Formats: sequence, structure tokens, C-alpha cells
Amino acid sequence: MELVLIFFSAAIVNNFVLSYFLGICPFIGVSGKISSAFSMGLATTFVMSITSIVTWLIYHLVLVPNNLDFLQYVSFILVIASLVQFVEMFIKKISQPLYRALGIFLPLITTNCAILGLALFIVLKEYSFIEGIVYGLGAGAGFTLAITLMAGIREELDLADVPKSFQGAPITLLVAGILALAFMGFAGLISG
Amino acid sequence: MSKKATLAREYVKGLWEQNAVFRQVLGMCPTLAVTVSAINGIAMALATTFVLVFSSVIISSIRKLIPSQVRIASYIVVIATFVTIVDLVMKAQFPELSKALGPYIPLIVVNCLILGRQEAFSSKNPVFRSFLDALGMGTGFLVALFLLGGIREIFGNRTLLGLQILPNFYEPWLVMILPAGAFLTLGLMMGFFNTMSQRKKRLEHQTIIQQHLKPQKPALASDGEAN
Repeated sequence: MELVLIFFSAAIVNNFVLSYFLGICPFIGVSGKISSAFSMGLATTFVMSITSIVTWLIYHLVLVPNNLDFLQYVSFILVIASLVQFVEMFIKKISQPLYRALGIFLPLITTNCAILGLALFIVLKEYSFIEGIVYGLGAGAGFTLAITLMAGIREELDLADVPKSFQGAPITLLVAGILALAFMGFAGLISG
Repeated sequence: MSKKATLAREYVKGLWEQNAVFRQVLGMCPTLAVTVSAINGIAMALATTFVLVFSSVIISSIRKLIPSQVRIASYIVVIATFVTIVDLVMKAQFPELSKALGPYIPLIVVNCLILGRQEAFSSKNPVFRSFLDALGMGTGFLVALFLLGGIREIFGNRTLLGLQILPNFYEPWLVMILPAGAFLTLGLMMGFFNTMSQRKKRLEHQTIIQQHLKPQKPALASDGEAN
């Protein structure tokens, strides 16, 4: 039950994009089409769940026992960067269709702050190993949900008559603001 | 003399022309997340500028030693080191601010603004130029964060930098200090600045057209006479 709560709290109530402002760059950059937005979401979820496993292990088995936790930022970001590279090579080897679907998005994920943010939040909230994985999955699901919703709205926006000075980033931000308002409706659902 | 002028340009361009937030739409996450109040915005921008300036200087001075295949990883290590320094200093000296900014200080590591400057500028330019460029970009970031944080603080909390600005009968718009307010304010501000720069461009266009038209006018008149 606790785990279900963690999942939905990360996915909906404390949505990474709409209430923590993590992963805004791809949220604005890759939300033009539903199909690519969904692929980006899947790729991010995939990397997030692996990241939560690996960074948890590194933090609790390597950094803490050796009193090296001041190195966490350097080590986390290096681990994430090499992990993304590794995942890319791995997917390329085992499944060509999957690589074609996710391939171009993987390098972008390294600089997606949602990934590093996830690793930091897991340390900050002192989650156990299992809780960390569930939190990672929830955060990924929330990111996928937000970016896909956004892409759906933007596909409709293409047909709308947006004032010239609001085209591109400004209208996207305004729409995101309205989405964030809508997501606030979930706020009382789960406390924490 | 001309050299000096171009050096000044390296600094000035980051203020407005290539403003990180309003023009390049970089560094969005900290911009939106911490600007609940003006003071938070200033602290975040100063921390980011510190990291940006020092990593630009370091990377620019070792730019010939970094093999291009591993350059991104090397940049990130340099940046992460300075972020760790900032984080530890802030925890020790300004514990309240450090608490308010929370995980967004470590997230400076992945601020695309910093990595973007290293990739686009410091890796190709001498040290002093990179220093100016980084300082300019940092100042532009400071301006943007202060504006955004100030507006949100005034409308959401009646105050600016902790001083009361709006009278008590004004009911604070709670939405401004909620996440939704960040998106809405930044979106409206960007739209406003776009409108301004488009108007400026149009005016420039008109003056150019008029300057080109002027010498043609007598020619047209003489044409008329010939007919």
C-alpha cells in the first residue's frame, strides 16, 4: 500500500514536470508530436528506473561507507551519463525497432534534470531500495503523462491562431501553466 | 581600441540580445522552480553565475588538452566540482537560503545554460573572453530571475525582497507562488518581450525603407513630368 502511494504521489500529485519543474527542456522541446513525445517519455522512464537502482546502490554501498557523500553530484552525473551511453549501445544490440524508436532521444536524456533530480530526491527522502525503484517508475510515468498531454494539446494548437509574439515557447509555457493548474486538483488526494 | 569594443560586446550580448532565459530558453528548470521570491531568484542566479564563470575559465584554459570524444563528460566533471563547492559553502554560510533552494542547487550541474556556454563558447575562445562571456550570461540570468521572482513575489505575497509593496486590501493571488504561476508569468513575460522586439524590428525596417525611398522620390517626380 505504501508503495502504491509512493507511485501515485510521484506520478500525479507531485508530478516532476508540473510541480517540481524538472525536465522542462524536453517538455518544451520534444512535445511537438504525440508519437515522439510518447517515445521520449518511455525512454526517460526506462533510464529513470535504472538510474534509481544504480544510484541507490552507489550511494549506500560505496559513498556512505567511505564517507564520500560530498562526491555524490560528481558521481551521480557521471553514472547517469555513462548509463545512458550503455543503455543506448545495449538497445542497439538487442532490438533495432526499439533503437529506432528511442535512439535519438537517449543522448538528450543525459542533460535532463529530471534524472539527476530523481537520484537526489531518493537520497533526500531516504527511500529504501524498493521504494526508490517504485519512486523512479512513478516519476517516469508522470513525465510520460505530462509530455504526452502537452503534445496532444500542441498538435491542436497548430491549427489555432496564436498571436505572432506568443508562438513557440511562450504559448507552450502558458499551456503548461494551465495544465499545472489542472494537476493541482489532485493535490489533496495523497498527502506527502 | 576596436579590440576593446569587441571585448565589451562579449559581456553585453548576454544581457539582452542572447539572454539565456528569454531568448535562448535555456536553464528553465531553476528559473521556474526557485523564483517564488526575488531573493531566491537572486541567490540562484548568483550561484549559477559563480559556477558558470569558474567552469568557463577552467575549461577555456584546458580546452586544448581535452580530447573531443570525452569533452561533454569532462565539462560535467568540472561543473559538478564547482557546484559541490557552492552547495557546501551555502550550507555553511546561508543555511536558510540553502534550505529554500533545496535540491535545485545540485541541479545546477545539469543546467543546460552552463553546459551550453562551455560547448558553444569556452571550448573555442581564450580565457579572458570566456570569462566575460560567462559573466555576461550570468548577469542576464540574474536579471531574468530577479524580474520573474519580483513579479511573482509582488502579486503573490504583496512584498518585494521582504518589504511590503502592495497595500493590505489587495488580496494576494495565491496562484502566483504556486507552480502554475511560474509557467504563466514566464509565458506572459516572454510574449511581452517578443512583442517589444518585433515592434523595434518593424520600426527599424520602416526607417530603412524610408531612407531608401527618399532619393527615389525626385526621380518619380521627374518621371511624372516627362509623361
